[in-house]
Amino acid sequence: MSDVFLDNKYVGTVENPLDFVKNVKDKRIGDKVLEGINLIYDPKINEVHIETSKGRLRRPLIRVENGKSFFTKEHVDKLNQGSLSWDDLLKEGVIEYLDALEEEESLIALSEQDLTSKHTHLEISPVVILGLTTSLIPYSNFGSSSRLIRGSKIQKQSVGLYATNFLMRMDTDVSVLHNPEKPIVKSFMHDVLDYDKHPAGQNVTIALMSFEGYNMEDSIILNRGSVQRGLVRSTYFRPYDAEELRYSGGLTDEIHVPDKEVKGYKSEKDYKHLEKDGIVYAGAKVKEDEVVIGRTSPPRFLGEMEEFSIAASTRRESSVTVREGEGGVVDMVVITENEEGNKVVQIRLRHQRIPEIGDKFASRHGQKGVVGMVIDEENMPFSASGITPDIIFSPHSIPGRMTISHLIEVVAGKVGSLAGRYIDGTTFDVEKESDLRKELVQLGFRENGTEVFYNGMTGEKFKARIFVGNMYYLRLKHMVANKLHARASGRIQLLTRQPIEGRARGGGLRVGEMEKDCFVAHGASLLLKERFDSDKTIVYVCEKCGMLAVNDTFKDIKQCLKCGSNVEITAIELSYAFKLLMDELKSLCIYPKLLLRSKY
Amino acid sequence: MVKSVYEEYNILPQKLIDEVRDEATANKLKTDEIRKVLERVKNAFDSSQVNPGESIGIVTAESIGEPGTQMTLNVFHFAGVAEVAVTLGLPRLIELLDARKEPSTPKIEVYLQKDISKDAAAVKKVAVSIKQTKLGELVEEFTINMTQFRVEVYLDKKKMRDFGISENFVSKVIEDTLKNASVKINRDFITIKPKAEQFELKELYQLREKCRELHVKGVKGIKQVLPVKRDNEFIVICVGNSLEGVLDIEGVDCRKTVTNDIFKTEAVLGIEAARQAIINEAIEVIENQGLDIDIRHIMLLADVMTSAGSIKGITRSGITGEKESVLARASFETPIKHIINATLKGEEDKLNSVIENVMLNQEIPVGTGLPSLIAKMRGNLK
Repeated sequence: MSDVFLDNKYVGTVENPLDFVKNVKDKRIGDKVLEGINLIYDPKINEVHIETSKGRLRRPLIRVENGKSFFTKEHVDKLNQGSLSWDDLLKEGVIEYLDALEEEESLIALSEQDLTSKHTHLEISPVVILGLTTSLIPYSNFGSSSRLIRGSKIQKQSVGLYATNFLMRMDTDVSVLHNPEKPIVKSFMHDVLDYDKHPAGQNVTIALMSFEGYNMEDSIILNRGSVQRGLVRSTYFRPYDAEELRYSGGLTDEIHVPDKEVKGYKSEKDYKHLEKDGIVYAGAKVKEDEVVIGRTSPPRFLGEMEEFSIAASTRRESSVTVREGEGGVVDMVVITENEEGNKVVQIRLRHQRIPEIGDKFASRHGQKGVVGMVIDEENMPFSASGITPDIIFSPHSIPGRMTISHLIEVVAGKVGSLAGRYIDGTTFDVEKESDLRKELVQLGFRENGTEVFYNGMTGEKFKARIFVGNMYYLRLKHMVANKLHARASGRIQLLTRQPIEGRARGGGLRVGEMEKDCFVAHGASLLLKERFDSDKTIVYVCEKCGMLAVNDTFKDIKQCLKCGSNVEITAIELSYAFKLLMDELKSLCIYPKLLLRSKY
Repeated sequence: MVKSVYEEYNILPQKLIDEVRDEATANKLKTDEIRKVLERVKNAFDSSQVNPGESIGIVTAESIGEPGTQMTLNVFHFAGVAEVAVTLGLPRLIELLDARKEPSTPKIEVYLQKDISKDAAAVKKVAVSIKQTKLGELVEEFTINMTQFRVEVYLDKKKMRDFGISENFVSKVIEDTLKNASVKINRDFITIKPKAEQFELKELYQLREKCRELHVKGVKGIKQVLPVKRDNEFIVICVGNSLEGVLDIEGVDCRKTVTNDIFKTEAVLGIEAARQAIINEAIEVIENQGLDIDIRHIMLLADVMTSAGSIKGITRSGITGEKESVLARASFETPIKHIINATLKGEEDKLNSVIENVMLNQEIPVGTGLPSLIAKMRGNLK
């Protein structure tokens, strides 16, 4: 006798729990209703738990009895013929779905050889221990697990064909690869996912060597010839939009080419791309700060209108301009209306991204790096057969990270590209490395993948043989063009008078607490002062009371508001932040008195 | 004659001079040669000195702080290996620099005198004599005899033999500690009876509990002892911090015995010993983590912590809280408290140090900001 719980609610008791569970499990095979049920009997607490709730995760497993799998060769044959389907296997009870609860009671073998009489289930394939993106990594059973995790994360950042209808979409911050290729070294998951319909990388020739120090610390070297022939080129899209907002009092925004009288009118040339309707034409080449959608807004406060009677002059300029440091070609113009009935204009800018120094690339094995240098093709090292690699990758990236899979992919890719076939790199089920080596010898190359290389600049033969091959490389969406930033002067915060933050607004680069410590540690006192001069101010101090005095430049009078003008008032230079601190202290009724003394 | 050469270089530390002298006599150097050697030593010594205006404080802070970020928080312990678990890693370093009064795992490493330190049996004997033994550990059973109004203590004969304690000794200890009870040895047990004529049963019960915790032997507070072989001599590692008690034990080498409790070290051995203890403990943590921090940074830190004659931590109640500048204190922790107190006292900030000058964006008095004119300027600067 044991209690029965249905979805954790007590429903009654059963006389013989073990029989009950077995009966239900037998009955549920092929049963449309019971199929969704999972249940266990827990002898420790003498309870039967039945789970029917929705939203729980379940996974398919092959059933096993007495160490024998229900899935036989017959099934394989029938499946290959196509006379058997997944549903048939479910109906026959070859496969059943378990949830986390029932898994607790089960012993699942990873492969058929491991089966014992104690096992209840068999994994459909050992590859299921990996996720979708992880199983896209070829030869991953030859790599270290931490690199696999990185590898699968990196693949999600790769530039490819993210959606086939990308031309009709208005996505922010997306890129599309120009000539995506399917990988030569692939895994079964590439077929399952129809990866060749939306690939996200290219097969490149790669050499493992150092080159003039330009591929230190994980950076890679690109062949300018390859780049000019279109290697890993991509297009970057960015939408800009503008809405005709309605305000109270019947006032609205207006999308048109702004009049010159409008408040905040830019220069005429900034509007040169606009057509009569105030919107750029598709195909226009625009640069940063140029207007793509002309718009004017009514004045912010109604009071403003009454003061100046000419309505047009009070309207504000609120055009949409191209972001700082960006530009490109107008790809698409959409004029539509939103839920509120307002006119909405959307523009999509397209910018071709040719790989340059600082762009990020990666293989599928968690080996990422930025371009350290683009080398002219004539200066690239070349092999005896005259091949120059597309990418030079540093060998220092290999030993510490133990990504053997990276190396095997190079060999496999070499075999695949020479033999003109795809290589299967499915985890646990790969084409053997030794076979690949043999094939490489048959194809007329050294079995370890190395080749004699010559210095492209001197023509001398390298003493070492260079490991070259072919592998699938991904361009990652992090591109310098979107990150590059520097400023000499610019906008400041109102309160502290320190530079504002953020690249998009042209902000400053912060010298923080720890960076400050570095200047101090170097004893670079004057440099530190200069760097922190961004908010320096000159204040006048009354030497009598130590409070800030007033310098009236208009009347040319310096006076202390407390002690009058008959006191000594001296100008000192300090950071505005400290002046602000003193003001705040004063508001707390604390009297910060400045005692001045000549520094010299 | 030779002596005068060394005297010419008496600005060098005595230790360096002694080393040169030893080498010189060993290699039978002539006076001229010795002078050459000393000249080179002096050059090396001069060039390794810190330049005026070097910001040693912040360099120390960075040199300890940055490797500190790489420290693993919890240190891996070897399961099953006979060792006393000691707090190491970042928690221990924080504990040291904050100068916490009680270390989380107090430990004493007892070195023994030469004649016994290599004899395992003798070492064990000393170890047993150090370990504190409570009556409760030696006793099979405490019973309260209701009819006789007394506590009966049945001693564990085997344990008594292991600890080398006789029944008489136990009864004497009980008698000495419990002033208001009489003790008698019977054949199987010791009886303890309150001296007072009238007492309640509750008192008898309390007496029994008191007996359990009665200190029989060894050093109070040493809960565990562990003889360990280190560099072919035995030492005894004790859990506890009663350094003064351990030093009293016969056979203990007072010169080498150390504890990881810096406050205990200060109390027993003095402030200089505490300074060395801080250095040793910090170095141990750093080396254990496989990091490399120059010992001079640690030495500076230990100097700062102990220079006032007592141990002060790098906290707002320790040396940071004793900074002269109001702004410097306020920039560390609890700014409101410091500003309010400074206001009440009418404190003046001379702007003599680094951080307050950074706040006002003035030249900081290190490196290039340090030099200034010696000549006094007269008249108006305008």
